[in-house]
Amino acid sequence: MTDEADHDPALVRVLAADGTFDPSPEAERYLPMIEAITDAELETFYRDMVTVRAFDRQATNLQRQGQLALWPPSFGQEAAQVGSARAARPQDHLFPSYREHVVCTIRGVDPIDIIRLMRGLTHGGWDPTDPKNGNAHIYTLVLGSQTLHATGYGMGMVLDGRTGTGDPERDEAVIVYYGDGASSQGDVHEAMVFANSYNTPQVFFLQNNHWAISVPVSTQSRVPLVRRAAGYGMPSVRVDGNDVLASYAVSRLALDEARSGQGPRAIEALTYRMGAHTTSDDPTKYRTSDEEAFWAQRDPIARMRRYLEGRGAAGAFFDDVDAAAAAYADDVRVRTNELGGLDPAGMFAHVYTDPHPLVEQQRQWLADYEASFEEGRA
Amino acid sequence: MSVDTMPFSRALNAGMRRAMQSDDHVLMMGEDIGRLGGVFRVTEGLQAEFGDRRVLDTPLAESGIVGTAIGLAMAGFRPVCEIQFDGFVFPAFDQITTQLAKLTNRHEGRMPFPVVIRIPYGGHIGAVEHHQESPEAYFTHTAGLRVVSPSTPNDAYWMIQDAIASPDPIVFLEPKSRYWAKGEVDLAARALPLHASRVVRRGTDVTLVGHGAMVTVLLQAAALAESEGISCEVVDVRSLSPVDYGPIVDSVRRTGRMVYGQEAPGFTSLGSEIAATVTEQAFFSLEAPVLRVSGFDVPFPAAKLEGAYLPDADRILEAVDRALAY
Ligand SMILES: Cc1ncc(C[n+]2csc(CCOP(=O)(O)OP(=O)(O)O)c2C)c(N)n1
Repeated sequence: MTDEADHDPALVRVLAADGTFDPSPEAERYLPMIEAITDAELETFYRDMVTVRAFDRQATNLQRQGQLALWPPSFGQEAAQVGSARAARPQDHLFPSYREHVVCTIRGVDPIDIIRLMRGLTHGGWDPTDPKNGNAHIYTLVLGSQTLHATGYGMGMVLDGRTGTGDPERDEAVIVYYGDGASSQGDVHEAMVFANSYNTPQVFFLQNNHWAISVPVSTQSRVPLVRRAAGYGMPSVRVDGNDVLASYAVSRLALDEARSGQGPRAIEALTYRMGAHTTSDDPTKYRTSDEEAFWAQRDPIARMRRYLEGRGAAGAFFDDVDAAAAAYADDVRVRTNELGGLDPAGMFAHVYTDPHPLVEQQRQWLADYEASFEEGRA
Repeated sequence: MSVDTMPFSRALNAGMRRAMQSDDHVLMMGEDIGRLGGVFRVTEGLQAEFGDRRVLDTPLAESGIVGTAIGLAMAGFRPVCEIQFDGFVFPAFDQITTQLAKLTNRHEGRMPFPVVIRIPYGGHIGAVEHHQESPEAYFTHTAGLRVVSPSTPNDAYWMIQDAIASPDPIVFLEPKSRYWAKGEVDLAARALPLHASRVVRRGTDVTLVGHGAMVTVLLQAAALAESEGISCEVVDVRSLSPVDYGPIVDSVRRTGRMVYGQEAPGFTSLGSEIAATVTEQAFFSLEAPVLRVSGFDVPFPAAKLEGAYLPDADRILEAVDRALAY
């Protein structure tokens, strides 16, 4: 929290940590956008954050109980994710890394599809081309790789004239998520080079949650990460990622600009991973309880709740959100327990699109081998 | 006239031109491939004909080339990437092996990844370091990739079109020493499917098998052997993954002997794999163990030493003699 990387560039923030409406000077240009947010939208942002936190806690528990192979918690990062995902239009394409659970579910991905991945039933989980998944692409575990896929996708939008036509209802953009650790990967650098060379309609959304497993962001960069964009010729902005309104506004503007043909944009959202990196991690080995307490005071959900309360939201609303979130999480548990096993022959499916003799042979061999036990028994 | 004589590189160029004409979502991308036409001029004239939105001189970044090609494929394009030289594919190795190779599987077949990675490979051109290597085993070892290597202009012309048309990702290895070799190209009729191996010379005593530029060396060896009264059959593997074993195993069943020739180091190589499989499938026909003649298991040496490193016709014949001595 006292890293050099945290100092310096001004931060777009609308809500103070205690939930009062207190825009920073940098938030000035975003205020019309914030004022245009309807009450219903404000409630949706809050509901999204509470729901994913309940889901996240449920999934963490499921992992502890041996139901999942791994779980990467999104605990603490809800505002950056909800704000950016709610800012995207239906025609935009979203390329997550592996922690953007609410980004995907907002777009329509069934949370059980994320569970199936982490349970070890699939390496993907959903079909990005199915309209019900809202152009949310599948997770990528090799850090930074997806930044290039998003850039290539954006190049395709340009080549096909799907963007920058001047019709905001039709123009498309991509938004790609990655972390502070991933920002050190060469692929992110190459993606920024390509994005700027080909003027892709793209937002690079970096969630700086301060830690790449146990390595602090100061090891990734001696300068604030937001500054890197300038070297590629890309406007960039740093936002308080624990402020859902600010995250929404900066993403909204960056996406609009990208869509209208002004080229790629970068956002650094300062946030904090309040839980472990994944369920295999022990954060007490590398960070202090003081640091965790500092960030707990900046909790995105508590902040938004106090803001809504200040606007007169009733207790019944919060109770209703909590109850709905609990039911959502319970449903995930029930459906996780109902997930069946898999046919081993499935591992031979879709390795190639056209048939491949080696794969076919091995599929047949395994089938015959397994059948031989059945015959022995008969 | 539908049969034309042209060099291998022109045949590739003509094949790519035809693919671009027939599908406007076929794209070329790579370093120096546009205005210059590539350092080997394989893409010459394509940018002039199709414009710089379909023939992209990319930034100098191999992972970027392949990684963005993957995104373009997601957006419905059929990108053909040129890697300038064999030794420079490794910055893109991650995108090829961890991403491209697996994405069809990870999407459960619901999204095709028709990306072609063209790589000029192999020695015989006296080049400096990192310009003469044979990286095929890295790719054949990776499930989800198909790997092919034409050795004649006719195959170059047809195989590049088939590779571009394939819904699967293809590593397309171009034996660079063959770029200037002329041959007949039948512009009307495809000789063989993409994943077929081919008997290029008939013989009865020993089967010589290889791929890429080595096929030429095997044919030289067969001609020399003939003058000594030894009859060699020569099989061009053409498709390194999947391998079409039919013609190879049939041939070995007839001759009882096989020698595999390759420029790549021998340890865990394509030749090793094919030798093992032929041994399994033709064991009772074999009169001698299947022998491999390979590059040595050392870094590809400085150019002045490549003659000592690369298997030539004499080294093949030495192995033929050993096989016949059993
Ligand atoms: C190329 C690569 N190297 C290493 C890893 C192992 N790994 C997984 S997550 C992680 C830390 C990532 O940190 P960051 O990018 O900040 O994202 P965060 O997990 O904090 O959201 C590491 C080292 C990986 N997945 N990919």
